[in-house]
Amino acid sequence: MTNINLSIIKHKHNKDGVFVTMKKGFIKKWVTGLTIGALLLTTAGCGGGGTAPAANNDSKGEAAKIGVIAYLTGGGAAYGTAIKEGLDLAKDEINAQGKVQIELIYTDSRGEKTEAINAANKLINKDNVVGIIGPTLSGEMFAAGPIANQAGVPIMGTSTTAEGIPALGDFVFRNALPEFLAVPQAVEKAISTYDLKKVAVMYSNNNDWAVSGYKTIESTLKKNGVEIIATETFADKDTDYSAQLTKIASLKPDAVMVSSLYQEAALVLKKAREIGITVPFVGTNGFNSPELIKIAGPAADGAIVASPWFPGKADEKVQKFIADYKAKYNNKVPDQFAAQAYDALYLYASALEQAGTTTDRQKLRDAIATIKDFQGVTGKFAFDENREPVMNATVLIIKDGQFTELK
Amino acid sequence: MFWQQLVNGLTLGSTYSLVALGYTLIMGVLNIINMAHGEIFMIGAFVGLYLVTYFEVNIFVAMAGAMVTSALLGCLMETVALRPLRRKAVSHLAPLISTIGVAIFLESLALNLFGPQSQAFPTELAAVQMQLGPIRISLVQIIILGMSFGLMFVLRFWLSKTRVGKAIRTTAENIETANLLGINTNKIIFLTVALASGLGGIAGVLVGLSFNAVEPTMGLSMGLKGLAVLILGGMGNITGAMLGGLILGIAEVFTVAYGASSYRDAVAFGMIILILFIRPQGLFGKRQGGRF
Repeated sequence: MTNINLSIIKHKHNKDGVFVTMKKGFIKKWVTGLTIGALLLTTAGCGGGGTAPAANNDSKGEAAKIGVIAYLTGGGAAYGTAIKEGLDLAKDEINAQGKVQIELIYTDSRGEKTEAINAANKLINKDNVVGIIGPTLSGEMFAAGPIANQAGVPIMGTSTTAEGIPALGDFVFRNALPEFLAVPQAVEKAISTYDLKKVAVMYSNNNDWAVSGYKTIESTLKKNGVEIIATETFADKDTDYSAQLTKIASLKPDAVMVSSLYQEAALVLKKAREIGITVPFVGTNGFNSPELIKIAGPAADGAIVASPWFPGKADEKVQKFIADYKAKYNNKVPDQFAAQAYDALYLYASALEQAGTTTDRQKLRDAIATIKDFQGVTGKFAFDENREPVMNATVLIIKDGQFTELK
Repeated sequence: MFWQQLVNGLTLGSTYSLVALGYTLIMGVLNIINMAHGEIFMIGAFVGLYLVTYFEVNIFVAMAGAMVTSALLGCLMETVALRPLRRKAVSHLAPLISTIGVAIFLESLALNLFGPQSQAFPTELAAVQMQLGPIRISLVQIIILGMSFGLMFVLRFWLSKTRVGKAIRTTAENIETANLLGINTNKIIFLTVALASGLGGIAGVLVGLSFNAVEPTMGLSMGLKGLAVLILGGMGNITGAMLGGLILGIAEVFTVAYGASSYRDAVAFGMIILILFIRPQGLFGKRQGGRF
């Protein structure tokens, strides 16, 4: 009995084995077939997407679709929120003026490169946007910029300040003052104001943009003959800085230079003041947020940063922008991110108007590239031949919880 | 600078220990890794923060509030996500995956309830400083050190000397035998999860106090450190969790102080790998049986 049973089982096994392999073969074929089908469909969709805008070219009545990739949730959400507010305000004004109509499509990148890539793909292929504003972080731009460039969609960073962004391609722009222009202004101003001889440097070493800022700080210090007595690193989202700062405190620097986002910068400042470091702190663009003051409180006093945006400027356009922004957003004073986003949408609007299209990406790109003498809330603005912004910065210092001009 | 850095390391390390204690308790009794512990810790931090900011209560009241909320949350997790899986003969990985689910749920909930911004405790507490010889220590650091060491010793004593503690240890040894001995193991498991989560809540408030950054994603990084300490100390060993946390904290701080800050985590975790090479069962883990 047992023998027979065994043989039956064996047989079954064999049969099953054959069946399974056959099935696998079938499934494989099916899957390949389906994948090819799906691929064909998507490429067909892409082709349709690519040609459709060309077909109804110059349809002026339609709103121009502009995609936005912003850091809307997570540790740097204040950046994304400010950008969204600036853009919404500009959109309402532009649509009310009626020369061009703009529709904004928001996507959240959560400060992550992969999310930024997904967002760019969605905006380009699914939403069929004519241009993109964002992403928020330079690291995200390094990931998403090449995708937009390859698809021939203009993409403009409003806060991407690391070196080498427009070099990503002909379709990549930025109206953010790059760190290599802004940071040296802040560092040199601090050196001359406080007669700095030896300084400590800190930066976030897992953030492309912060590392780029650090390199700029380092080269500026070297050029000015200031000694760097300590270089300490941390990572984005770190919370404990006591070890680095205790070490820095024992070396007694004349100033500390920090390249990081606002959250880390605020915690560094807080801890530094707590353990008795009272010297000035010079920061990169991350210091440019009211959130820094909100989180660090009185510890933020003495922080120095170069900013293209200064709300205290006695300029009619600037003051009107601040008044409108305050009226729309609960008496909130716009920060640099809101101001640059606001200007970016106006840049798009004037380029759209000049190009006379709401769908032709190539024409829009050419129109943006030729922008000169644009007057925005962040001052006079132009793109140079490398699509880098030409603009001036003001060096600011935080005093009693307010950004004031460092003189 | 040495003594100051030692204090920094101890403060950091004791927060790791506190987080690891929660993992250890659940690991010891239920033999699972509770991936939601970091998020329960985060919720505890937020409850403490809101109690201090909006109800202006004393920090110890806030800690108690955080502890109760986290403990209740732990019980809820046990009822909804763990107990149903224990009744059926499911894979060992099932409870692990379901706690990951709880973790993601809690993080999303916190993002919606509290917003993505990092928030801070009022600064008055951090501002109180003392100079003891070469060391400058803040009131917050003293509270953290005191609370963590206090809690660890109370926990150890309670587990080894009291009746309930003995019941927990028996359950940890073998659930079936404990059942046969007349211990209500369901009740004991409930108690353990509540205790572990409550400790997590307190740790949340303490970490929030010392680092001044309470945000919905804080649970992940702290949770990872806690897990590392759990393994370093020996799975389910309380002394191991205590000392493991301190070792990790001091290793991290000293790497920054006397080495390069870029290698902070690399050195700390490299050291853990090295220790595990020599003692694969962890610092205090036994090769067989006998937990706590």
